Amino acid sequence: MELTGAEIAIRCLQEEGVEYIFGYPGGAVLHIYDALFQQEKVKHILVRHEQAAIHAADGYARSSEKVGVALVTSGPGITNAVTGIATAYMDSIPMVVISGQVPSYAIGEDAFQEVDAVGITRPCVKHNFLVKDVKDIATTIKKAFYLAKSGRPGPVLVDIPKDISNQKTEFLYPDSVNIRSYNPVGKGDIAQVKQAVQLLLGAKRPMVYSGGGVVLSGASTQLTELVRLLGFPCTNTLMGLGAYPAGDKQFVGMPGMHGTYEACMAMQHCDVLLAVGARFDDRVVGNVEHFAQVPRKIIHIDIDPSSIAKRVKVDVPVVGDLKLVLEQMLDVLRSSKQMPDASNLATWWKQVDEWRVKGGGLRYKNSTEIIKPQFVIEKLYEITGGDAFVTSDVGQHQMWAAQYYKFNKPRRWINSGGLGTMGFGLPAAMGVQLINPGATVACVTGEGSIQMNIQELSTCKQFHLPIKVVSLNNRYLGMVRQWQEFFHGNRYAESYMDALPDFVKLAEAYGHVGMRIDKPSDVEPALKEAFARKKDLVFMDFQTDPTENVFPMVPGGKGLSEVILSEDL
Amino acid sequence: MRHIISLLMENEAGALSRVAGLFSARGYNIESLAVAPTEDPTLSRMTIVTSGSDAVIEQINKQLNKLIDVAAVMDLSEGEHLERELMLVKVRAEGKAREELKRKMAVFNGRLIDESDRTCTVELTDTCAKLDEFLQVIGRDLILETVRTGASGIGRGERILKL
Ligand SMILES: Cc1ncc(C[n+]2csc(CCOP(=O)(O)OP(=O)(O)O)c2C)c(N)n1
Ligand SMILES: [Mg+2]
Repeated sequence: MELTGAEIAIRCLQEEGVEYIFGYPGGAVLHIYDALFQQEKVKHILVRHEQAAIHAADGYARSSEKVGVALVTSGPGITNAVTGIATAYMDSIPMVVISGQVPSYAIGEDAFQEVDAVGITRPCVKHNFLVKDVKDIATTIKKAFYLAKSGRPGPVLVDIPKDISNQKTEFLYPDSVNIRSYNPVGKGDIAQVKQAVQLLLGAKRPMVYSGGGVVLSGASTQLTELVRLLGFPCTNTLMGLGAYPAGDKQFVGMPGMHGTYEACMAMQHCDVLLAVGARFDDRVVGNVEHFAQVPRKIIHIDIDPSSIAKRVKVDVPVVGDLKLVLEQMLDVLRSSKQMPDASNLATWWKQVDEWRVKGGGLRYKNSTEIIKPQFVIEKLYEITGGDAFVTSDVGQHQMWAAQYYKFNKPRRWINSGGLGTMGFGLPAAMGVQLINPGATVACVTGEGSIQMNIQELSTCKQFHLPIKVVSLNNRYLGMVRQWQEFFHGNRYAESYMDALPDFVKLAEAYGHVGMRIDKPSDVEPALKEAFARKKDLVFMDFQTDPTENVFPMVPGGKGLSEVILSEDL
Repeated sequence: MRHIISLLMENEAGALSRVAGLFSARGYNIESLAVAPTEDPTLSRMTIVTSGSDAVIEQINKQLNKLIDVAAVMDLSEGEHLERELMLVKVRAEGKAREELKRKMAVFNGRLIDESDRTCTVELTDTCAKLDEFLQVIGRDLILETVRTGASGIGRGERILKL
């Protein structure tokens, strides 16, 4: 039987086992919405802004190992989606975005709601397609899913002109696709793996630096096993939190701009650094010249060769899927029957522990007068048993959440690390909650960020998503204010958030529960009450200290050992 | 250092802009870029002349390989290779100057492909450096138009870039 292009597109999604798609209708996708309407397997979540559709699909993917799917219309639909797509691209999130396009015969005529979707998204997708023939829809969507989730994952866009979605052809979904110019790697080169293991065994001051790649590859178990077997200190980047359990004694915290003192110092002073699925980002190693002043050997495992030796020189590169490479390393290590020199390691741990003491751990001066944001996160951690999915927006609150919520499992910490997109948290939480229906989902946000996609409170109402919004309301674009305080002579240009709405009333207007918390003594009871309301979205507006800063801090352009501990030091 | 990179890619709309976009987005420089379909019409062969530090060239190679439409990449400058560029130059050639031009052209193995009362058009195929040299010898005052294709490169002997 012949189906229309639109029906084929939806059948493809069914074949891929897609449960939810996030989207917003419009002229160019009317046929696709019509096809969606006439089936039940793929459920559509109507967001209130296309950016939110992409972030929701993103949160869905990050929390589940699945491919997130979004559907938007042409013109403003796809341009609204671009921020979301770029966010997913920077963090390598598997995603398929289907966009409508003006009819193929009108392309290039500046038709109503025409933009060059393929052109606009080219620099922020793994790949994209414009479908020119209805016969190509099924294979193109198959390719899109394959590309999105294989190799280094990423978003893939499929742009479908309106007339193509209405033409008919036979539906045949291919079992697999072969793209001759694309061959993602699997295992690592065994000679390189052996060399890496030898280097690790001979290390005097070893350090494991693991990033978001470990989460993406599902290699958390292998990483944990390797680190425990070797007895080395381990750090997770902002993107990798949870990949190695934060509660473990070998965990030294997050490195980088707002990392712990011990993680920064150990990264800087180690003699062998094992980088696993991390990319030596400027927010992690700071100034690369400063980093290079200390001689050290670097082993870098990554699925993407272009991530290796991009910012720092690497001695032993290993290209491969982290999960498989770490298994190879474990095999080589076990069969070698060798272990790192215990006394060297003990000396190194003594040093690391001294840094731990000197850094004094993550700390802040609590107050009985004013709510400290760190205190809210500590209580959030306690009350959720450390087992919630925590999404975040971007700013100081994001850093405090990353520092004070101790993630022990991968895929629990969901944030926009690479692009740093304010407005990510709430829509991402919607995707997380949908794919993890019974789970506790908290969105840690700021009064600035939440207003960038606050309209999604309406989506949450429609689809009964009992997200707990933890807003650390400091009446400032706090992270901007902090930089202005430190580096711009206290000139707070446009960082004060004036004319804030009454968030309690706002939450209520959307049909949710709102709470305003002013006193430190009310923090815990409020959180308890909110999280006990299993069926409700509760918006907690915590009035926090407007002048609190995030520490430790490695100022932009500085080296890791130039970390500032806190203002009272 | 100057590098000459060859690649095979899908002969599809948009593939060229992916390569060009990569260079501009990452701030790599392109001296020239030449592209046309191969004996297999589904594949295009591209030659890119670029320059940069070793680290930049390594990234260029890796980033090109990462493009989904790119099937194979070879940095020709890493081994023995040949490069040729085609140039058409229209020169003001009157009276004695015309004889002078023909003499110089012969030295460079050029071909006269068009003549009018006051102009001559020369075709020259050689390395980029040799073409530069020819332009120098003629001098900018007399040159009316220069059209160059950019270098095309190929490995010597058994150095083959094929799928
Ligand atoms: C879309 C977007 N615009 C601007 C920025 C720059 N920026 C980074 S943090 C920040 C302040 C965020 O304020 P808020 O959400 O209140 O969080 P706080 O830092 O106060 O915790 C801004 C403006 C950004 N990251 N994203
Ligand atoms: Mg704020």
